[in-house]
Amino acid sequence: MMSTRINCQVQHDDFDVAAVYQTLQQTPLCGAVVLFVGLVRQQFDGQLQALELEHYPQMTEKAMRKIAQEACERFDIHALEVIHRVGVLAPQDQIVLVGAAAPHRSDAFAAAQFLMDFLKNQVPIWKKVHVLEQGAPQAQWVDIKQSDIQAAARWQFQTT
Amino acid sequence: MKANQIHIRFFASLREAVGCAELVQPLSEACQAADLLTMLANRKELAAVDFAERNLLVAINQQLAGWQDWVTPGDEVAFFPPVTGG
Repeated sequence: MMSTRINCQVQHDDFDVAAVYQTLQQTPLCGAVVLFVGLVRQQFDGQLQALELEHYPQMTEKAMRKIAQEACERFDIHALEVIHRVGVLAPQDQIVLVGAAAPHRSDAFAAAQFLMDFLKNQVPIWKKVHVLEQGAPQAQWVDIKQSDIQAAARWQFQTT
Repeated sequence: MKANQIHIRFFASLREAVGCAELVQPLSEACQAADLLTMLANRKELAAVDFAERNLLVAINQQLAGWQDWVTPGDEVAFFPPVTGG
């Protein structure tokens, strides 16, 4: 069985989507590439100043790799790219990228969705929003969303 | 890390509530993760931290773990709120 090429990175720096795409495009025997990029979304009536991401350095990449390996077992994919940024980001900045190269599109779409659903639940990264409230700076940790818990849970009942 | 202690780490809102990112907990024999959290909650300098009211996760040696999982002297144990990455 062909082994899947997995690349997982946690970094402060921005990433180049075109460069990641070119890497995935060169994957032999693959006719499909799916790329997802998550951005810092403006919220709070336009008062979001920054999004701060804290992580657990020794654990983050390990946890990402574990999810990626799980995706390889479930789907027919030949290459995976996962990049997650940490630090202080501004609205519309890129936060996260998942990319999958597969022989056919259904596996590439499913793998990208699977990776995102579990990144939100299993990887030790925490978001804090910095907003202006009546002109005064405030900071608040983001709570986990029920919809994100459900998004990960539904994979347990699916056989692929 | 010495053989008779645990390296404890806190992250995000819990780190802020505790007031530090890491500390050392003496431990001479294996215990469950839940017991370790009770030991921390009983420490005088952490008395003001509402550990029990928080919905926390635990990782043992950089792996997500359960509250009944065993912690052995020399381990690194992290406590943190539900993750919100992605």
